[in-house]
Amino acid sequence: MKLENLTFKGGVNVPHYKELTENLPIEKAKEPAIVKIPLHQHTGAPCEAMVKVGDSVKVGQKIGESEAFVSAPVHSSVSGTVKEIMDMPIPTGLTVKCVVIESDGKNELHELVRPKGKLEDLSSEEIIEIIREAGITGMGGASFPTHVKLSPPSDKKIDTVLINGAECEPYLTADHRVMAEEAEKVIFGLKAIMKALGVDRGVIGVEKNKPDAIKALKEASQGEENISIATLKVKYPQGDEKRLINAILGRVVPSGGLPMDVGAVVSNASTTRAIAEAILEGKPLIERVTTVTGNGIKNPKNLLVKIGTPFKDLIEECGGFTEDSPGKIIAGGPMMGISQFSIDVPIIKGSGGILVLSKEEAKPEPIQPCIRCGKCLEVCPVKLQPLYISSYTLKKNFDKAEEYNALDCVECGACSYICPAKRPLVESIRLAKREILAKRKAK
Amino acid sequence: MDSKAMDTSKAKEVALENMLLVTSSPHIRSNESVQRIMLDVIIALAPAIIGSVYFFGLNALKLILISVASSMVFEAIIQKIFNRPITLDDFSAIITGILIAFNLPADAPWWLPVAGSAFAIIVVKQFFGGLGANFMNPALAARAFLLSSWPSHMASFTGTRPDVVATATPLAIMKYGMGPDTAASATVAAATSASEAAGAELPTLWNMFIGSIPGAIGETSTLLLLIGAAYLLIRKVIDWKIPVFYLGTTFIMLVLLGVEAEFLSYHMLGGGLILGAFFMATDYVTTPVTPVGRIIFGIGAGILTALIRVKGGYPEGVSYSILLMNVATPLIEKFTRPRVFGEVKN
Ligand code: SF4
Ligand code: SF4
Repeated sequence: MKLENLTFKGGVNVPHYKELTENLPIEKAKEPAIVKIPLHQHTGAPCEAMVKVGDSVKVGQKIGESEAFVSAPVHSSVSGTVKEIMDMPIPTGLTVKCVVIESDGKNELHELVRPKGKLEDLSSEEIIEIIREAGITGMGGASFPTHVKLSPPSDKKIDTVLINGAECEPYLTADHRVMAEEAEKVIFGLKAIMKALGVDRGVIGVEKNKPDAIKALKEASQGEENISIATLKVKYPQGDEKRLINAILGRVVPSGGLPMDVGAVVSNASTTRAIAEAILEGKPLIERVTTVTGNGIKNPKNLLVKIGTPFKDLIEECGGFTEDSPGKIIAGGPMMGISQFSIDVPIIKGSGGILVLSKEEAKPEPIQPCIRCGKCLEVCPVKLQPLYISSYTLKKNFDKAEEYNALDCVECGACSYICPAKRPLVESIRLAKREILAKRKAK
Repeated sequence: MDSKAMDTSKAKEVALENMLLVTSSPHIRSNESVQRIMLDVIIALAPAIIGSVYFFGLNALKLILISVASSMVFEAIIQKIFNRPITLDDFSAIITGILIAFNLPADAPWWLPVAGSAFAIIVVKQFFGGLGANFMNPALAARAFLLSSWPSHMASFTGTRPDVVATATPLAIMKYGMGPDTAASATVAAATSASEAAGAELPTLWNMFIGSIPGAIGETSTLLLLIGAAYLLIRKVIDWKIPVFYLGTTFIMLVLLGVEAEFLSYHMLGGGLILGAFFMATDYVTTPVTPVGRIIFGIGAGILTALIRVKGGYPEGVSYSILLMNVATPLIEKFTRPRVFGEVKN
C-alpha cells in the first residue's frame, strides 16, 4: 500500500507561517535561574509534592507523584534548592501548585538517571513502567499520560501504532525539527511503543511541508520492515488524532470513542523521542523542544528548554519583542493555543510553542451577522453545523446545542477561522460543551 | 534591590498585562469577508449590466441606477429608524438593487424599481432582522410583488433593437403563440404578452444565447451571465450543487413533461433560468447550508420551474419556484443534517 498524500474530509488550508523557524536547528536554551514546575500539567490526578522548601534536588529527581493510575510524576529539570511551593498560573489557564527551584547551575544528575538496558531485553511491562516513571505525557497538547494509553483494556485489540508528525498548527516547528534532527530517536521510541503493545505495524504520518523530516525518517527506518512513513496533505487539522487515523488507516473512530476502539494508538513525535530518551538515557521528561516565534518576536528560534523555564526567559533569549508588540502572547499555536495574561508562566510538558503576535495582528475584527454561507460546515472535520450550535448557545439553549452534537466538536477552530462574518463559533461551542457537561454531571 | 527599582519593574509588568489581549482561540482569521463575497457577486454581475445597456439602451442603465440607489437609501433609512447599525458597507443592498432592476422590462417606469426596492429592503429584509435573517430572496420577492401589483408594466417587453418587431418573450411565444385557444386561458398577468405572442416568431438560438431578445433587462444574455457565474465558481463564492441540480432537473422534467426537442433549448436559455440558477438560487441566506439540502433545493426548484412553465398559468416559473423553495429551506435543512463523523447509528 502506498502511503502518500493522504488526508481526511473537510478541513481548511491555513497559511502555515512556518518559514520563520522551519530551517533553524534546535538550540539549547540558556540555563534558567529558577524553574517553576507545576505538579499538575497533565490530564488526570494532580501530584503531591515529594520535596519541601529548602530541600536540595538534582536533575531528574522525582519531586511530585500521585497514587492514581491516570497521572504522571514530575521531576526537577535543574539541580538546586526548592524555594517555594505555591499556587501559580500555568499556560493552560489554570492555577496549580508549583515547585519553584533555584538552579545552582551545576546540573548534577540524580543517581536514577541511567540507561535502562537494551530494548530487546525489556519486557512490555518494563517498558510501560519506565515510561510511567519518566512522567511522559502527550506533548502535542492534550497531555494525556502515555503509560495509560499503552495499557488498553484486554478487549481492545491494537494492531497499529501511529506517530503523529503532522504538526498542522501554523507557526510551530518543534516536532518538525525533532523529526529532522533526531529521526533515529523517534524510530527507536516507535519500536519501544510497538513492543510495549505487542504490535507489529508502525506508521509515522508527516505533512508534506516537512520534506527534510520525511527524508530523515525514511533513512532512519531503512531496513525496518514493520515501520513505514506516510506523507500527508497539508491541511488543518490533519494532526487531530481522529483525522490522522482516518487519513492513514481509513478507519472512523466512533463519536465519543478513542483511537483504541479502532485498533490504533497514536503518539506525538516529540513524545516518542522522549520515550526513547527515557529508555536510552534513563532521562525523565524534563526538557522539550519549543518554538518561540511570531512577528512579535525579534529572533524566532527552536529551543531545547527545561520544563519550568518561565516564558519571559525564552522571550528575552529570542531578542525580546519587536516594535509593534506584544499584541498577544499565546501558549501553543494560533489555532488552538491559549492566550496568556502574563509572561511569568512556565513551560510545561505540553508547550510546543510560544507565539507572539504583533498588535496589528492581534486586533480583533468586527463581528457581523451570519450570512449562512455554509463555509463553517464545509471545513468542520467532524461535519458539525457550527452556525447552529453557536446560535443556540448564544441564546443559552444548551439542549439544542447538544442535539446538534456540540460534544463532538474537537475545538480545532477551523470554523471560526474561515467565517467571513468573523463569528465566534468555536468560542461559543466551547462554552456549550462546558454547560452540557456540567449539566450531565449534576444529573 | 532598592525599592524604587522594584517599583518600576512591577509597574512595567502591570503595564504589560494590561496591554496583552486575552481571547480564546483561534487567534488568526482567514481573509474571507462578507464585503469581499458581496463585491465578488457585483463583479460577476458586471458583464450582464454592461450587456443590458448594450442590448436595451440607456433606459436599462437608468433603471439599474435608480434601483441600486433606492435600495441603499431604504436600507439606511430603515436601519436608522430601527436603531440598527447602518450596514451599507456590506454591499448587500447594492446586489438586491441590481437584481431587482434585472427583472424589469427595459421600458418600465422609473418608480417601478423604487417600489420594488422598498418592498425588498423594508418588508422582506429588514422586518425580519436584516442581512442573514430574511427567509425569502428580497429581489425575487420584489419581483413577485411588482408582478402582482402592476402586471402590465412588468410584462410589456420591448425588443432589444429597433429592427426587432416581436415584443413577446420567447417563453410567452412558446406558451401562447400556438393559437388563440391557449392564449384565452392565460391569466391577467400574462395577458399582454399572450396577445402579443400570438403569431410572433421565436428568435434564433444564437440571439437567445448572447441575449439579443426581448425580456427583462438582466436575464436575457446567457453568455454574459455564464461568464459571471464562472467567476463566482472559480472564486468559490457559490457552490456548484444548486445551479447544476437546478438546471439538470429542469431539463429532465421538461423532457418528461413532453416538451418538444426544438423548444428545449429555448426553455433552458430563456425566462431568467440562468440568472435564477446562478445568482438567485445560490443566495446564501435563503438557501440550505447543508450539502444534501442544496441538492434537494436545486432539484425542487427544477421540478417546480418545469411544472409552472408547462402546466401552470405563467410563461416562466423561475422566481416562484425559487421563492417556494426559500420557504421550504428551514424544513429541508432539518431533514438533511449531515451525519456527524463517527456518529453511531441507532
Ligand atoms: S461561516 Fe460564518 S457566516 Fe458562514 S454560515 Fe458559518 S457562521 Fe454563518
Ligand atoms: S465545530 Fe468544532 S470541530 Fe467543527 S470546525 Fe468548529 S471547532 Fe472544529
